[in-house]
This record gives sequence, C-alpha cells and structure tokens, in this order.
Amino acid sequence: MHVPDGFFDVPVSVGGGVVAAGGVALCLRGAHRELDDRTAPMAGLVAAFIFAAQMINFPVASGTSGHLLGGALAAILVGPYTGALCVAVVLLVQGVFFADGGLTALGINMVDMSLVTVLVGYAVFRGLLRVLPSTRKSVVASSFVAALVSVPAAALSFVLLYAVGGTTDVPLGQVATAMLGVHILIGIGEAFMTALTVASVMATRPDLVFGARHVLPTLELRTTPATVGGS
Amino acid sequence: MTMTKRNKAFLLIGLLAALLLAGGVSYYASDSPDGLNRVAADKGLDQQAKDHAAEDGPLAGYSVKGVGNERLSGGLAGVAGVGITLLAGTGLVYVVRRRNAGSLRDDDGDDPGRAGLAGQHR
Repeated sequence: MHVPDGFFDVPVSVGGGVVAAGGVALCLRGAHRELDDRTAPMAGLVAAFIFAAQMINFPVASGTSGHLLGGALAAILVGPYTGALCVAVVLLVQGVFFADGGLTALGINMVDMSLVTVLVGYAVFRGLLRVLPSTRKSVVASSFVAALVSVPAAALSFVLLYAVGGTTDVPLGQVATAMLGVHILIGIGEAFMTALTVASVMATRPDLVFGARHVLPTLELRTTPATVGGS
Repeated sequence: MTMTKRNKAFLLIGLLAALLLAGGVSYYASDSPDGLNRVAADKGLDQQAKDHAAEDGPLAGYSVKGVGNERLSGGLAGVAGVGITLLAGTGLVYVVRRRNAGSLRDDDGDDPGRAGLAGQHR
C-alpha cells in the first residue's frame, strides 16, 4: 500500500508529513515507557521482520497481490508506541533505499500504514482481550481480528486523504468500494500472518509479547536459587 | 541492558526467519501489483504519478544493481534491507532508551520529571 510520488497535492503531502512527524515525536516519548530489558532488543528484530514479511506479496485476486502491513503485529509484540516506530523505520528504509513509496508521500504512508494500523489494530486487540477469557488462545484470536481490521482501516484512511488532496478527479465512491474490497482480502492474509507470528512467540516466549502482559501476569520471570545449575 | 542466553537464542532465530523470508522466500512472492496500485491503475488515481527520486539507487526495486541473476539480486537486496532495518530500528531504540536512562528514576513510567527531560532533547 505504498503511495508513490505524485498521487497527492502539495498541501496534503506536507500535512501528512506534519502529522507523521508529530506521531513519531509522540511515539518517541511514549516508547520509553514500553521499552524494558525484554522489549528493547525485540524492537529492532520486529522492524527487520516486518521489512522481510513485506517483501512477500501474496495473491489475493486475479492480477492483484497484497503484503503484510505489520502495524497490529508490531503493536502487540512490542507495544503501540514502539510498534508504530518500528513500522515508521521500515517505511523510511523502503522509501530511501528501495524506491518503494514516494519520498514526498512518506508522511502519508506513515499515517496510513504506521499510525492508523497501530491505533486501530491495538484498540481492537485490547478491546477484545477485555471481554475474552484471559488465555493464550484469546491473545492469538484477538491478534487475528486486530490485524484483519487494521488493513481496511488503512485503506479507508488513504481514500479519505485522497478525497482531500488527490491529484486526479476520480469517482471517490467507486475508489472507496474497490479499496475496501481488495484490502479486506489482504486483511485476511494479514490476519493469518499476524496470528501465526503471535502464536509462535506465545508458544515459546509469552513473556516477550507486550500485549499479553495484562493477560498472563503469572508468567513473570522469577529467579529461584533452587534452580541454579538446572536448565 | 541485560541479555540472557534465552533472549539471545530467540533473537537469533527471529533474525534467521527474517533473513530466510527476505533472502529466499521473497523470490516466490507474487509479481502482481498490490491492492493500492491495482485500484490506482483501474480508477486512474495514478495519472499524475511521478518516478521515484531514488529509482536509480543501488537497491531500488528490491534488486541489487549490477547483479544479473534475479534470484541472487533480489535475495541480496532482501538481506541488505533486513540488515539496514535492524540497525536503524535498534539504533532508534537505543537512543530512546538512553533518553530514558537520563531521567531521575527508572522503571516508573509515570515519573513527572521525565517529560521535561525528554523535551530538552528536541
């Protein structure tokens, strides 16, 4: 969903840049509350993993593909502020080094694919966990739905921005329908990849899943002298 | 920051998974335009689209310039991207952590002194 140069007029491109910069500043401030000895080394890995996963375009319909956006996944694994920073780093690297996503559209891309996916994805995730029983299955199921919803949300954000400052006069209703339709399909792929990744980490190191902290308080690491020497 | 053996093993496995995806599996990824590009082409959103400023860069388009073999070129670009992103992401986290360490007390996210200190860095 990387917007190239020339899709948006100057005011909306600049506006997107300002909103993205503000969002990143907010996340820098919020991230240090999330970063501890467990999440800090994870954050770099999450960014690298999302970069890798975004290279894997999967077919969704005839002649159309999609790839992971990763906002929901990152937010669940390392926290929403740190997660948004991870995706922002990925978008910056892709734009600067790989010519993927226009440099003038970097702000818009960060708004759509980092801020919106994290905000919507993490809100859905936490909302579901509040009503579901406190189990590992609930964490995985919530991550599935959160990821699924986050992709059409990003698509809708793009359409709204295009309505304000798109460079071509197009039938917006048709664009919205087409964008939502295809991104619900991509969202299903996002949901499976996110749930699979979260389930894998939950199975091996549940203490490394930021979003599962409130669910699994009994899994805090404890050091007991009796276990010295045994592993 | 302390790093246990278990954490190191986990990070290593995660990094290997990323390298495998970007360096190997990516070759089998779909070449079709993604959802946005497809809708843009169908509905004409891209009529004013411009070429990317960095389209002649050494890694542009997820291939290494000058490497003829498509699988090798794409795989190397993917590995390079994982490395760059890992460095950038880890570096950013390190800076945020240092800012944290400079505040009055650690471990308490609600430290009122922190907001002011964080603000001084900008």
